Amino acid sequence: MTDIDRLINQFKAKDEKAFEKLYQMYGTSIRGVVLNIVKDDDIADELMQDVFIKAWQKSDTYNSSKGRFFTWILNIARNAAIDKIRSKAFRQSVQNLDADNFVNIIMSRDNLDHLTDAIGINKFVTNLGQKCKEVIELLYFKGFTQKEASEELNMPIGTIKTRNRSCIQQLRDMVL
Amino acid sequence: MDIKAYIESGILELYVAGKLSEQENQEIYALMQKHPEILQEVLEIEAAVVKLTASVSPHSIDFDSFKGKLNEDDGKVIDLKPRKPNWISYTGWAASILLLGGLIWTLNTKNQLEEEIQTVSTEKQLLEIEIEAARNNLANTKNLLDAIRDKDIISVPLGGQGDFASTYAKVYWNKADNTIYLDGEGLPDAPAGKVWQVWSLTLNPLTPTSLGTIDDFNTDDNKIFAISNANDSEAFGITLEPEGGSQSPTMEQLYTLGVVASTP
Repeated sequence: MTDIDRLINQFKAKDEKAFEKLYQMYGTSIRGVVLNIVKDDDIADELMQDVFIKAWQKSDTYNSSKGRFFTWILNIARNAAIDKIRSKAFRQSVQNLDADNFVNIIMSRDNLDHLTDAIGINKFVTNLGQKCKEVIELLYFKGFTQKEASEELNMPIGTIKTRNRSCIQQLRDMVL
Repeated sequence: MDIKAYIESGILELYVAGKLSEQENQEIYALMQKHPEILQEVLEIEAAVVKLTASVSPHSIDFDSFKGKLNEDDGKVIDLKPRKPNWISYTGWAASILLLGGLIWTLNTKNQLEEEIQTVSTEKQLLEIEIEAARNNLANTKNLLDAIRDKDIISVPLGGQGDFASTYAKVYWNKADNTIYLDGEGLPDAPAGKVWQVWSLTLNPLTPTSLGTIDDFNTDDNKIFAISNANDSEAFGITLEPEGGSQSPTMEQLYTLGVVASTP
């Protein structure tokens, strides 16, 4: 059993300390995904809280055989963010960021010092090919299926899978 | 299985993205338990994605800032939209539920009625069969009555003989159409293995001619049997014979006998 499995078992048993640790591990990532969809810092903060509160309340529905904990909470976050941008109240509000994908958001930061691997990420997003940017944006940030991504990018379904693999490989080489 | 090829296929990256089918998710979970290389690969993919997504967000809010809300009611925290009662939507739902209830009720009633119709129509068919039978019966009885009333009919009473004095029968003979109607009301049912046999007799010399056996005697309701008879009969007799009948009458079993009174 890995450390994370143990944490997740404690989380399912409603252990707040364990949940806090999971939040430390994934909170920023979840906020990143939400921010990339809603493109508004305040709404992203609000939504991220909601996502984690919801995860806490639904902890008994999570089952590790159905997927990774990170993937589970990522799904909750994407759905909450997509619901948000479709809501009437959101469409009437002014948007702070007009960046069109995660790379623009990362690049628009004046400094990336808050991240220990800022150099790796910076290097990665700078060197990332357009195709990689698109595939990663759709699959991880927007939650497209392989099929939806293949239609969106006008690319065979098998190519999506192999291209995504090679993009994530490049990312791993630079940040891990 | 070729683990290297499986990893190279890119399926684990999609697994972390969360867009595989439930079945694929369970397969990969099982493979992770079995093959440490696959687990390791998933952990690395996940770590890379976690770092990448985190880099989009400049900061994160403090856990303590919302810790207090964890165990509050669902609705208070999740619902970000202004709460306005949507009367059209509520009314719509209520109407749909009512309509659905109504439909189910109507359907039930319809099924019940259909069953009732089915029962009634079966009963009707049975009654029709009974009426038909009664009509046939009536027609037969009328025919019989007409036959007996015919002016050409000769009535021949057959009296009980010897040990069988209490039995009797009656023959109505229509010479015009060579038919006799035998009324066997005064005869007992034939015992098992035996049948009634009807004889036409001439007296000088005494010559019996078989008119046949009455095989359905026991089951017949009115005990009146039409038998064709082209003989110049002078008398009629009825004997009890073994099943299938006999060539000549068994005189010990002669139950009834009657002589034709006159010839019109």
